[in-house]
Amino acid sequence: MDLQYIGLRRINGPLVFVENVKDIGFEEVVEIKLNNGDTRHGRVVEIQEELAAVLVFEGTQGLSLNNTTVKFLGHPMQIGLSEEVLGRMFNGLGKPIDGLGSIYVEKYLDINGLPLNPVSRKYPRNYISTGISSIDGLTTLIRGQKLPIFSGAGLPHNELAVQIVRQAQIAEFQGEKFGVVFAAMGVKNDVADYFKRSFEEAGVLEKVVMFLNLSNDPIIERLITPRAALTTAEYLAYVHDMHILVVLTDMTSYCEALREFSSSKGEIPGRKGFPGYLYSDLASLYERAGIVQNSNGSVTQIPILTMPNDDITHPIPDLTGYITEGQIVLSRDLHQKGVYPPIGVLPSLSRLMKDGIGEGYTRADHQDLMNQLYASYARVMDARSLASVIGEDELGPIDKKYIQFGNLFEKYYLSQSMTRSRTIIETLDLGWDLLSVLPKSELDRVNQELLDKYYDQDKASKDFSIDDRIQIIDIGKEANK
Amino acid sequence: MYKIYSINGPVIKIKGSTDFKIMEMVFVGTNKLMGEVISVSKDFTVIQVYESTTGLKPGEPVENSGEPISLSLGPGLIGNIFDGIQRPLTDIANASGNYISPGTTASPLDLEKEWEVRFTVEKGETLQPGDVFATINETDLVIHKLMAPYNLRGQVTEVKPNGKYRIKDIIISVKDDKGDVHKLDMVQKWPIKTPRPFIGRKPMSIPLISGQRVIDTLFPIAKGGTAAVPGGFGTGKTMMQHQFAKWCDADIIVYIGCGERGNEMTQTLEEFKELIDPKSNKPLIDRTILIANTSNMPVAAREASIYTGITLAEYYRDMGYHVAVMADSTSRWAEALREISGRLEEMPAEEGFPAYLPSRLSQFYERAGFVETLNHLEGSVSIIGAISPQGADFSEPVTQNTKRFVRCFWALDKELAYTRHYSAINWNQSYSEYINDLSKWYNKNVGVSFLHHRQLFIYLLSEENKLMEIVKLIGKDVLPDDQKLILEISRVIRVGYLQQNAFHKDDTYVPLNKQLKMMEIIMYLYRVSQEVIRQGKAFSLLLNTNLFEKVIKIKYDIPNDKLEMFDDYYKMIDDAMNKIL
Ligand SMILES: Nc1ncnc2c1ncn2[C@@H]1O[C@H](COP(=O)(O)OP(=O)(O)OP(=O)(O)O)[C@@H](O)[C@H]1O
Ligand SMILES: [Mg+2]
Repeated sequence: MDLQYIGLRRINGPLVFVENVKDIGFEEVVEIKLNNGDTRHGRVVEIQEELAAVLVFEGTQGLSLNNTTVKFLGHPMQIGLSEEVLGRMFNGLGKPIDGLGSIYVEKYLDINGLPLNPVSRKYPRNYISTGISSIDGLTTLIRGQKLPIFSGAGLPHNELAVQIVRQAQIAEFQGEKFGVVFAAMGVKNDVADYFKRSFEEAGVLEKVVMFLNLSNDPIIERLITPRAALTTAEYLAYVHDMHILVVLTDMTSYCEALREFSSSKGEIPGRKGFPGYLYSDLASLYERAGIVQNSNGSVTQIPILTMPNDDITHPIPDLTGYITEGQIVLSRDLHQKGVYPPIGVLPSLSRLMKDGIGEGYTRADHQDLMNQLYASYARVMDARSLASVIGEDELGPIDKKYIQFGNLFEKYYLSQSMTRSRTIIETLDLGWDLLSVLPKSELDRVNQELLDKYYDQDKASKDFSIDDRIQIIDIGKEANK
Repeated sequence: MYKIYSINGPVIKIKGSTDFKIMEMVFVGTNKLMGEVISVSKDFTVIQVYESTTGLKPGEPVENSGEPISLSLGPGLIGNIFDGIQRPLTDIANASGNYISPGTTASPLDLEKEWEVRFTVEKGETLQPGDVFATINETDLVIHKLMAPYNLRGQVTEVKPNGKYRIKDIIISVKDDKGDVHKLDMVQKWPIKTPRPFIGRKPMSIPLISGQRVIDTLFPIAKGGTAAVPGGFGTGKTMMQHQFAKWCDADIIVYIGCGERGNEMTQTLEEFKELIDPKSNKPLIDRTILIANTSNMPVAAREASIYTGITLAEYYRDMGYHVAVMADSTSRWAEALREISGRLEEMPAEEGFPAYLPSRLSQFYERAGFVETLNHLEGSVSIIGAISPQGADFSEPVTQNTKRFVRCFWALDKELAYTRHYSAINWNQSYSEYINDLSKWYNKNVGVSFLHHRQLFIYLLSEENKLMEIVKLIGKDVLPDDQKLILEISRVIRVGYLQQNAFHKDDTYVPLNKQLKMMEIIMYLYRVSQEVIRQGKAFSLLLNTNLFEKVIKIKYDIPNDKLEMFDDYYKMIDDAMNKIL
C-alpha cells in the first residue's frame, strides 16, 4: 500500500497516467509529490492492468514526466469529520483554510457515499416556513427536499438563498438542532464573502460549515466539493440528528468541470459537450437529500444554478429538474420590473408540497388556493399577450380584471422586502385578498365551501382593499417589534 | 480462474479468454459483484457490472456462472420491493442498514416462510407444460398458481398432502416421457431477457380502466396494450403512473422505478400499504410488486430492472391474470444503454444513443399482449412507459422510436402543467389506436352514447382550438354568441372534465358510469344553451345563471356513489332556462 511510483507515462489535461502499478483499486485516492515539495491529490479514474489513469484535482500545471512521486493511499476519497466542523471553513477538498488548524476527527467517511436503500427513507412531510410568500404559498419547501433555484446571471439568487436560510432557521428550527452546509463551486470571492457576512449577521455562523472552491481555485477540485459538503451534511444530520440545509452554488460551474474532465478522458460527448452520464452524476449528488429511518435529522438541499442564456432547456437545468423535487425559477422579466424575489411563478413547482400542506400542516384551503392562484396568473399572461396585440383598452371587462389582478399579485404577493418574513397565515390570506379582485365565477379551482368561507364579495368590489390590507399587515408587524 | 484486466466505471474487461457466453451472469472481484457479459471477442470479454466498482482492482477474480441472469419466481413476490437484480430491499435494509453496499446478497424470496399449499392434481394425472398443480393464497388479493415448467410434460408420481410448506420443499414429482423423474419445489428460474412462452396472441378488446377521465374517455388503452407517456420534468408522468398503479382494473401491478427518485419509491411503498382498493377493500400493496433502481443506484442495473419487471409480469400473466407494468422512466434505461455503449466506444447513432436502441425498445414493448397461456387461460401484460425527453423536445430519439412501437401516446404538455391543468395530457397531440378495437366493449358495458359523446367532445375541443387562434388576435368579445358558447362549453369540458385532481378523494378515481353522466350533462347544457341563443337571447343571460360553474364543479360536488344527484342538475338547468326563455 505504501508503494510509491516515480515518474509518469503521460500527462493529458488534468489526467496523468502511472505505469507498472500493482494492486490499485478503482477510484482510489492518490497523493502526488512534486520535486519542489508541492503535494497534489488525485483519484484513479480508469485502470488497465498495470496502467492507471489518475485525475489530478489541483490540475497538472508544472508536472513533468519525471519530477513526481505518486503514492496510492489504498482507499477511496474520504473526509474526516466530527462536530467540530461546525463554524469552520474548508477548501474544495475538505482541508481547513481558516487558519484554525486541523479538526479532531471522530469518523472518516467516503465522500461518494453509498446509494440509500429506498425502504430506509422516510417520506418528507414537514414544511419549512421560509417567510417568503411565493415559496411558502406556491412552492412550499419541505424538510428533506431537494429544491433548486434556477437563476440567470445577475439575478438575485444569492440574496434569496440567504433570506431562506435566515428566515427558515428563525421560524422553523427553534428548539431543534439546525445547521447549514455551504458549498461554493466556481463562484467569485465576493459572493462567498457575501454569504459569510450574511450568515454572520444572521448569527448562525457557528452553525455553518463552508466549503469553498472559488473561481480562481483549481477547476477539477470542484468535482469533489459538493461530495465533501454532502458527506458532511449527512454526517451531521444522521449521526448528530441535526436539520441541515445545504446550499450548493453554482451547479453550472460544477457541470462545466465535469465536462472538462470528461473531454480530457476522450469520452464521447452528449448534448452541448456534456458527458452522457451527466444525469447519473447529478443524481448521485441530489439524491443525497432526504430523511432516513432511525435518525431525527434531515438533509434539505437548495442547489443554485445559473441557466446559460436563461435557457431552461439547457442540459444543466433540464437534467436537474428531472432529478430534483421541483424547482424555483427566477424570472428576468420580473427582476426588470423591480420585483424581489423575482420568482417566475408558472414554471416553478414543489413536488413534495402536496403532502406537507393543507389541514394539519398549513391550512385546509392551501392546495385549492394555490391551484387557483396559478391558474389565474396563467390567465393574466394570456390577457397580457392579447393586450399587446389589441391594446389594453380594447380588452373585455374580464380580461381587464385579470390584468389588474396580475399587477396587484406581482406587486404585493410576489414582492417582499429582503428583511420581511410573512407567516403562512398572512401569505394565505393575502392570496384570498388578491383573488377577490376577480369575479367569483372565475375561481373554478376552489371548492365551494372554501369559496364561501374565504372569498369576500366586499373586497371584490373595492380595488384598493389590497393596499389597505398589506399596510395593515406591515403596520401590525412594526408594532409587534 | 479469470482475472480483471481493466476497469472503467461499470465496464470491466477480461483479456484473452473465450470461455464466456454472451449475456452470461458473472461474479466480479472478491466481493462477487453481479455482472453480465455484454460482448466477447478473441481479445477481450466485456462485462457490465450491476454494482459500484469502486475499490475493484485489476487481477481480482471473475467467476462465470454458465447461466443468464435469471429470476426466482414463486410465492412471496407480491407486496415486495426489489432492486433491479431482484434483491429484496427490505431484507437488505434489515441485514445491512440504510445503505446498499456492493456485493450484498439476500434470497429474493423468503426461504423460511410456510405457505398453505392446496394441490389441484393427484397422483397419476398428466401434467402439460404450464399446467397448474397447486394454489396458494399469496396475499388476500392474489391466488398464486404453481405451474409445471414450460419444458416438462409427464405423469405425477408423487404429491404431498395439502398443508404448509416452504418454497424449497419438494412437493411434487413428475416422470417425463423418457422416464426421468423431476422433483419440483415452488420456485422456477427464468432468464430475464427471454420472453415466457404462451400459446397465442388474442385480439385486444377490453380496456384497462383507470378512472382517469382523459384516458378512459379520449385515449383508452386496451388490456395487453402499450402506452407511452412523454413529458418534460414536472409535467406529471410519475403521477399518471401512480394513478394507474392505484386505480386501474388490472389484477397485478408491477411498478418499475428505473433511474428515478428514491423518495417516490418510498412514497409508493408507504402509500400502497395504507390505500385501500375500492373493489376488494384490501390494501393496494396486496396486488403490487415494486422494482426500485433509483437514479443513484448503479447505472447498469437500470436495464436489468426493466427486464426483471416485465418477466415478473409475464409470470403472473401465465397464471391467467391481467398485469399492468409501469416503467418510470424508460429514458433512464436508454441513457444507461448510451453510457455503456459509450464506454465500449461503439459507433453512436442519433444523439449518442447506440444503433440498437430501437430494437431494444421494440423487444421490450413486444412483451406486452393479451394471450392464451400455456394452461389455456387468458392473461395480459399491459405496459405504460414514461419517457423523459431532453429539454421536453419530443423529436429526440427515445420518444420518436418508442412512438413506433406503442399504440397509445399520452403527450404531457408543459404549458398545461404550468397552469396546473392536470393531467397535463395535450388532447391535440395524444392518441389511442385502440379505440376501434374497444368500441364494442364500451357500447356493451357503458352504453352506446359513451363513444358518441366522446366524439362530440373531440369535435368541440377542435373547434375551440380553431377559435382560440382568432381570439389570440382580436379577443373574445367580438365573436358571435354561438361561438362564444363553444368557447364556454369547451372550458367546461377542459376544466370540469379533462382536468382531474389526483388529490381529491372523489376526483382521484371516477368510474365509467359517472364519466358518462358527466359527459351527458355537459352536452345537455350545451344543447339547451344553443337553443337559448337560437332564440336570440343574450349570451350574458346564460353566463349569469352560473350553470357553467356549477357543472364544472360536479366532479367535486357529486360523490361517485351518489349519481342520482345528477337529476337535480338537470332540473336546475331546466328551471334556469325556462326563466330565460
Ligand atoms: N393529476 C394530478 N393532480 C394533481 N397534481 C398533479 C397531477 N399530476 C401532476 N401533478 C403535480 O405535478 C407535480 C409533478 O408531477 P410528476 O412528479 O408526476 O412529474 P414527472 O413528469 O414525473 O416529472 P419528472 O420527469 O421530473 O419525474 C406533482 O408533484 C403534482 O404536484
Ligand atoms: Mg417522474
